[in-house]
Amino acid sequence: MSDSEVKSGLEAAGEADEAAALPEPVTARLLKAELGTAVIGTSMAFGDLAIQIRREALVSAARQCRDHPELQYDYLMDVGAVDHLGRTPRFEMVYNLYSLRFRHRVRLHVQIPEEDPTVDSLIDLWSAADWFEREAWDLMGIRFRGHPRLVRILTHAEFVGHALRKDYHPAERHRLSRTYDLFTEDQAGAPPDGASSG
Amino acid sequence: MTSTLEILNQPQSPRMVVNIGPQHPATHGTFRIECVLEGERIVESRTEIGYLHRCFEKMSETHDYWGVIPYTDRLNYCSSMINGVGYCLTVEKLLGCTIPPRAQAIRVILSELSRIMDHLVCIGTNLVDLGAITNFWYAFRPREVIYDLLEACCGSRLTVSYVRIGGLQDDLPPGWVERCRKVIRKDVARALLDLEKLNTRNPIFKLRGQGVGVMARERAIAWGWTGPCARASGVDYDVRRDHPYHGYEQYEWQIPVEHGGDVFARYLVRMEEMRQSVRIIEQALDQLPDGPVIVDDRRIALPPKQEVYTNIEALMAHFKLIMHGILPPPGEVYGLVEGGNGELGFYIVSDGTRKPYRVKVRPPCFAVFQAFDEMLRGMLLADVVATLGSLNIIAGELDR
Repeated sequence: MSDSEVKSGLEAAGEADEAAALPEPVTARLLKAELGTAVIGTSMAFGDLAIQIRREALVSAARQCRDHPELQYDYLMDVGAVDHLGRTPRFEMVYNLYSLRFRHRVRLHVQIPEEDPTVDSLIDLWSAADWFEREAWDLMGIRFRGHPRLVRILTHAEFVGHALRKDYHPAERHRLSRTYDLFTEDQAGAPPDGASSG
Repeated sequence: MTSTLEILNQPQSPRMVVNIGPQHPATHGTFRIECVLEGERIVESRTEIGYLHRCFEKMSETHDYWGVIPYTDRLNYCSSMINGVGYCLTVEKLLGCTIPPRAQAIRVILSELSRIMDHLVCIGTNLVDLGAITNFWYAFRPREVIYDLLEACCGSRLTVSYVRIGGLQDDLPPGWVERCRKVIRKDVARALLDLEKLNTRNPIFKLRGQGVGVMARERAIAWGWTGPCARASGVDYDVRRDHPYHGYEQYEWQIPVEHGGDVFARYLVRMEEMRQSVRIIEQALDQLPDGPVIVDDRRIALPPKQEVYTNIEALMAHFKLIMHGILPPPGEVYGLVEGGNGELGFYIVSDGTRKPYRVKVRPPCFAVFQAFDEMLRGMLLADVVATLGSLNIIAGELDR
């Protein structure tokens, strides 16, 4: 099946074009006005609004989204990490925001380089970032500056590596030898250089 | 954390540590809570999850788009149908395909039946944990009958795998609509009435449930709570109404919202939601359109078996689809449904090949359960189990 065949038959491609012709969504317009060049780009594909943000500006962009009276994204619905192995920058963080008042949602995308897989934590803005960020650390190895307790969550304390990275083989196994106490042995799964220092 | 430890290490410390789980009958799943107690009050606690982590997201990357469907059943296994609907709906959004009206209506009916089961399990087990054992049988009996309905559709009860990308695996069997009507009018209606009579004005349950495990509206939003637990805290949000899919907008129903934010309010919301689900099912059964249950697009759905055997075109289409798989355009998409516990989202990244590049699930339980340590602070140990049961944490969805 050729590429053009796929596109012509699928309405989604047409839908995306149509959306691009519509006036710019309010979130994209306001973020650009407030943050200037920190907004790298916006896209509207499959009906979902996605905004690329510079890594340094993530917290201020998120704060704008939450506090701006015309945006009011009060929910941090989801935090996901994507590994684009072979591409530079390698990692991408995806934050899914939702506004109860306006019933609109946006995805904030942040590119993260392999050499320095760190990004500021959003835990001060939304408590919901707590476990979602721990999950991204555990499975993808992204470090969150300012997270008070960045320890593994879905895998165990003796796990080696980050399972959702593309260079982690699906058949690899790591055994857990004993039970860990949640209070006294908490740092067992923490990053060696203390990611919570920021 | 050192402060807690220092106090604990003193020999005359009034505090003690109690470990609950991971194998504890009241957790209804495998997770562990370590509580620091002062008398019977919890000073601090830590929750550990991941005991049921089965690498759903990693496995999705190694399978075809179809191959993920059976795994979705194992997320929230109390309402497995809804997970399949959520996943397939997201892939369909990526493909830009609209499924036939009959398939939409059947998905709605089965999703609502699953929601009823989910809520029945939650209410039944929550009350058992509080000592009201009778409720267990009243709640679980209609669940068995609903499982019979699912079994009639697809052959399995718990992990249904009935949804396909582009529609459904098969049409409803003959006489199913009548059978379903009978189940909701007789078995489900009866159970709801019994549960109502047993609990809603029950002073013991009220004493154990009111003001226990309270979550304020602002905190619920900050923690990312959705679904019945959020609606019990006054958050008026339901994906089915606010972002309707599969024709939910054509049915008449209401969303219950309570403001207590406690165990009892969650019970009330779930009870009312089941009644509203019954309303939706009744309407969907009445309006059930005729027609196919899967799209007529050879790049998404297999041709009918009879045609494959008799027609060379269909045989080729079948062969091509099996060999090459479904090939969505490259891109990223977020699809969402109202699961048993709230907004169930799938974020799928496609690179144009036959396997999803990345599947990220937004499990409603995960957001709900991360607030647990905050909820426990200052609570009596005996109320932990009551609170936990009312949140309906399903480990399969929590740990994926």
